[in-house]
Amino acid sequence: MADAYRIAIIGSGPAGLSAAGRAAQLDIPHILLEKTDHLSDTIYKYQKGKHVMATPSQLVLRSDMDFDAGKREEVLGTWDEQAAAQGVNVRLNADVTAIEGEAGNFRILLADGETIQAENVVLAIGTQGNPNILRVPGGDLPHVQYQLDDPGEYVDEHITVIGSGDAGIENALGLAADAEQGNVVTILNRSAEFARAKDANVKLLTQAAEQGRITIMTETSPAELRAGEILLDTRDGQTKIRCDRVIARVGSAPPRKFVEACGVEFASEDREAFPKLSPAFESTKKGIFVIGALAGYPLIKHCMNQGYDVVEFINGNTDLKPADEPLLEAKFKGLPGSRTVDHWLDFLRERVSILRDLSPLQMREFMLDSEVHHYRRGATIFEKSEPGSSIFGIAEGHVLVELSDADRSLTQEIEQGSIFGEVGLVSGRRRGATIRAGEDVIAVEIPRMAILKLMATVPAAKRAITYISTERQLLQMFGSGLKSEDLVDVMRTAEIMQVKAGEAIIEEGDDGLDIFVIRSGSMVVEKSIGRKPVFLSYLPAGSYVGEMALLDEALRTATVRAAIKSEVIRIDGRAFRELLHSKPELLANARREMEERENINNFVEAKKDSFSTVVDMYSSVASFLVENGIGEATDVLLIDENLCIGCDNCEKACADSHDGLSRLNREAGRTYAHIHVPTSCRHCEHPHCMADCPPNAIHRGDDGEVYIDDTCIGCGNCPRNCPYDVIRMEKVPPPKPSLLSWLFFGTGPGPGEPDRDWIDDRVSEDTPKVAIKCDMCAGIEGGAACVRACPTGAAIRVAPEEFLSVSRLETEQI
Amino acid sequence: MASRGADLGASDTGVGRRSLPTKHEGFLGYRGGYWGKMALGISITLIAAYLLIDVEPRHNGGSWLGYTLGTVGVLLILWLTMLGVRKRAMTPGRWSLKAWTSAHVYLGLSLMVIGTLHTGFQLGWNVHTLAWVLMMIVIVTGIFGITAYGLLPRRLSDNRDETTEVQMLETLMDIDRQLFDAAQPLDAGPAATVQAALDETAFDGGIRQRLGRRYRGGATARALAEFRARPQPVDDPEDKLYDRLEALLARKQAALSRIRQHLRIKALLQIWLYIHVPVTFALLAALSAHIISVFFYW
Repeated sequence: MADAYRIAIIGSGPAGLSAAGRAAQLDIPHILLEKTDHLSDTIYKYQKGKHVMATPSQLVLRSDMDFDAGKREEVLGTWDEQAAAQGVNVRLNADVTAIEGEAGNFRILLADGETIQAENVVLAIGTQGNPNILRVPGGDLPHVQYQLDDPGEYVDEHITVIGSGDAGIENALGLAADAEQGNVVTILNRSAEFARAKDANVKLLTQAAEQGRITIMTETSPAELRAGEILLDTRDGQTKIRCDRVIARVGSAPPRKFVEACGVEFASEDREAFPKLSPAFESTKKGIFVIGALAGYPLIKHCMNQGYDVVEFINGNTDLKPADEPLLEAKFKGLPGSRTVDHWLDFLRERVSILRDLSPLQMREFMLDSEVHHYRRGATIFEKSEPGSSIFGIAEGHVLVELSDADRSLTQEIEQGSIFGEVGLVSGRRRGATIRAGEDVIAVEIPRMAILKLMATVPAAKRAITYISTERQLLQMFGSGLKSEDLVDVMRTAEIMQVKAGEAIIEEGDDGLDIFVIRSGSMVVEKSIGRKPVFLSYLPAGSYVGEMALLDEALRTATVRAAIKSEVIRIDGRAFRELLHSKPELLANARREMEERENINNFVEAKKDSFSTVVDMYSSVASFLVENGIGEATDVLLIDENLCIGCDNCEKACADSHDGLSRLNREAGRTYAHIHVPTSCRHCEHPHCMADCPPNAIHRGDDGEVYIDDTCIGCGNCPRNCPYDVIRMEKVPPPKPSLLSWLFFGTGPGPGEPDRDWIDDRVSEDTPKVAIKCDMCAGIEGGAACVRACPTGAAIRVAPEEFLSVSRLETEQI
Repeated sequence: MASRGADLGASDTGVGRRSLPTKHEGFLGYRGGYWGKMALGISITLIAAYLLIDVEPRHNGGSWLGYTLGTVGVLLILWLTMLGVRKRAMTPGRWSLKAWTSAHVYLGLSLMVIGTLHTGFQLGWNVHTLAWVLMMIVIVTGIFGITAYGLLPRRLSDNRDETTEVQMLETLMDIDRQLFDAAQPLDAGPAATVQAALDETAFDGGIRQRLGRRYRGGATARALAEFRARPQPVDDPEDKLYDRLEALLARKQAALSRIRQHLRIKALLQIWLYIHVPVTFALLAALSAHIISVFFYW
C-alpha cells in the first residue's frame, strides 16, 4: 500500500476525531480509520434526538473540533463539517483486524485485506463494541437487547431497562418520552442511588417517575428473564413484573483480546481493567497510544482533549500540560515540597491503597472532585460529632483516632496508605471519633459522591474499601484488644454475601460452624416449636451470630433469617475458632454472650407447653412489627392503644417543638393487638431518604437520629424514597403567639399545628417548601416531645433490639 | 444477645449513651404507683392526726390544724390546675406529662380527705361550703375521667380498626355519592325516603343520642327497613335497583354506626372535662371568696 503515515488513528469517535483534527492542523501525515460508514459510531448510535451532555463542566475543552452540549444530530453535523473543512484524512469501512510490527514501522491489517503502514498508532476504539452481558438465567433470550437506536420504534410494550448509568437512564427516558407510544417503562437499579449517572439525568428520571411515566425500582436486580415476564430480587423479597422487552445497559469492557494482541498490557486481570499507560498515553508497546474510553474515561470532553494532547505528544511537544492542569495546580499549591502536578498524582496514587488501580488519567479526573490537605503534627483533621461524609486517604504520615473523650492520649493509629472516615459512607453518620495527625500528614479528602463513583467504576477500589471497612467492623465488634494482624486468617476467609429478605443464613438443626456479621439490614432469630416459627430476637446491623454452634460444637439451635435485604460477612468457623483459642479474653466475652442466648432458648423451651398463649402472642406481635418496617428501624414510636385516649397531644407537642409543624400522624398507620405503629420516622439503619439527596442534607446524628439540615433545597426526593411516608414537604410558618397570650387573650391558633389557612395567610406564595421529618427532638433537653407529652403513657419510643427481645416475656408476662 | 459494635473509638455514643426506654407503664401504674402510695400515706396520716389531735371546742377550719389543711389544700388545688398549662407548654426539660397526670390523679383524690377534714364537717348554705361542693364535683368528674381513660381506649382502637376519622368520613361521603347516583330512577315516594337517608349525617341527634349506646330512629335505618319490607313481586325489573339501594343503605348504616361509635367514645373521653375544667375555675373563684371572707370578716 501507499507510504507510511506518521500517525494512524483507529476509531473516529470524539477522541480519534479530535486527534485527527490536531494532526491535520499540524500538517502531520495521518489517516483516520473508521470501521463503519460514518464518523463517530458511538454518538451515531445514540438514540435519535438525544441530548448530548458536556460534563464535567469544570473541565476546559481543548480541541480543534467544537463541542457543546446539544442534540445528537447537531453534534455529529458539526464534526462532519469540521472534519471535512480541516482536511482530515478519513478512511471509512476500514475494519482493523491486527496491528503488527514495531514503533516506526507498524503494519495495520484491514478486514478487506489491505495493509496500512504507520510510524505511530493511536487506539481510540472505545469500549462500546464490547458490552457487558446479563449473567442471569434467560439473559440470552431474543427479547434482550444491549442497544437502543430509536426509542420511537416501540409501542405498547412493557419494557424493563436494566442499568443505572447514563445509557440506561437515557434509554428509559426516551422510551417513556411520548405517552402516545403507550410503553410501560421500568428501570432497575441494583443499589439505592444512581451514583454512576450524571446529575441532570438523575433529575430528569426522578421527575419522570414523579409524573408516573417511569417506574424506578431501586435495590432491585433481575433474577430470571422469561418470555413476557421478569423475576426480580427486591429489598423485600422476590417479585415478578410483566416484561416484553429488556434493554440491558450494564456497561461495557475494553475489547481486551484485540488490544492485547497488539502487544498492549493491561493494569490487572480484572475484566474491567484498562491498559497500562504513560502520562503521554503511550502503552507498554512503544509507538501505540491509547486514548478515550479505552484508556479509562468515557466522557466526550475528556476524549477530545486526549485526542489533541496525544498528537502534540507524538509531535514532540512533551511540555504540553493537560487542559485541566491549572485546576490541579491550584489544588496542590498549598502542599509542602515543590512537586509537579504529575508527581503529586503519582505520589497519591502509589501511596493511597484504594487509588492504586486508577490509571493516571482516571486519577486526574478523580482529583478534580477531591481535595488534598496537609496537616501539621497534632492538628485535628475532624472532630467527633462533626457532620461529614467524605473519606480520607493517607498519603504520608499516620493519624491517630482518639478512643476516649476523657483521655485524649488514648489513641489508635491508622497507618500511611490506609483510609479513615469510611463509617460515614454508608450511613452518613456524624464523625464517630476525633482524628488528629500523628505526624505531618498529607491526606486526600474524597467526597461521598466521588467515592461512590470510584467504587462503581474501579472494582479494585471497591474491594479495598470493603476490606478495610470489614476488618474495622470486626475489630470494633470483637474488641478485646485485637489487632489487624490477629485477623489476617479470619479476613482471608471472610466473604461478603447479599441476603434477600426472608432468606435464612442459618437453619436450625444444621451443622454449620460459620460466623455471620451483619453489615447492613437486620436479621430475626427464630426457633421452631410445634412446627411453628417462634420469634426469639432481632439482630440489627453490627451484630454477629453463629458462634454458639462453634463454642458448643453442637448443631444450630435456631434459624436466622433476613428481615429485610441485608449484607452479611461470612467468616469461616474454623479460622474463627483458632482466633478464639489464641485470645482468651475474646473467648470469655463470647462465652458470656452465649450464656445469655442460651437463657433465652431455655426460657422458650420451658414455655413450650403454654405456647399457644404467651409465646404465640409475643411471636405474632414481633412478626407484625418486623413486617411494618421495625426490622430496619433504630428507634421507633409505638402507641399502646390500651392507653391512648386520642387526645393528639403527641402531635401537638411535636408541632410545638419543631417550627409549628408536626412530624407524626398518630391516627394513621397499622395496629395489631392494640400496638399501633403511627406514621412517624423509624430512623432506619440505612435510611432510604438519604439515598438521593442532591445537597446531601440528610445525616445521622449522635443519638442515631436521621435529620435534615438547613441546606434542604425542597426537591422532594426524600418523601418519595421513604417507604413509610413519614416525610412531608411544607412551608415553615412564622412563630405563633405565646401560650399565655393564647390562654388569656385568645391570640393565635393555640397549641399544636395551626390549621392550613392560618399558615397560608402567613407564608408568601413563593416561600420554598422544605422536607420536614422527625429528628427525635435532638438537642431538646428531655428528649422526644411526643413521649414526654403523652398524658397516659401510651406513647413509647423503643429501639427494636430492646423491644423485640423475648427476654421481655420473663419480666412482663404479657 | 449479639453484641452491637460501637463506633470506632466512640463507645459512649449511640446505644450506650441513651438511657434504656422507660419500662412501658400507664399513668396509673407510673413508678409502681408511687403517687398513689404517697396520696394514701398523706390521707391516712391526716385522718390519724384529725382523730388524735384535740381541738377545742371542735374541729374547724380556723384551728391551727384547720389552717394547715386549708393552706395545703389551696396550694394543692393551684398546683393541680397547672396540669392544664403543663399539658400545653412544650418546654424543654426532663419532665413527663405521664408523671404529672399520675400525681394529679392521686394527689387530686387525696384532696377529698384534705378538703373535707379542713371543713371539720361544718357544712352549711354559704360560700365556704360552696367551695367544698365545687371541689367535690371536680374530683367526682375526675374519677369519671379516670374510669373512662381506663376502659375506653381499647374500645376506641377496636372500633376504628386502623381507619382514621378522616377516612371514616370519606367512606360515608363516598357511599352517599353512590346512593345518590343509584337512586335517580326512583319514583317520588321512595326517592324521598332515600333523600332522607342521604340527609342523615354522622353528627345528627342531640347530646343524649350522641352519648347513648344505641342510636334510635335514623332516616337510613328507616329507609332500610322500608325497602326490606317491600313486597317482592316476581321478576320486577326494578328488583336489581332495589337490591343495590338496599346494599348501599346497609353499608351506610354500618359506616354511620362505626363513626358514631367512634365519636361517642371520643366524646365520653372528653365530656367530663367540660365539667371538670369550668367547675375548677368556679372553684378557684369560690375559693378566693372563701379566703377573702374568712380573713376580712372573721
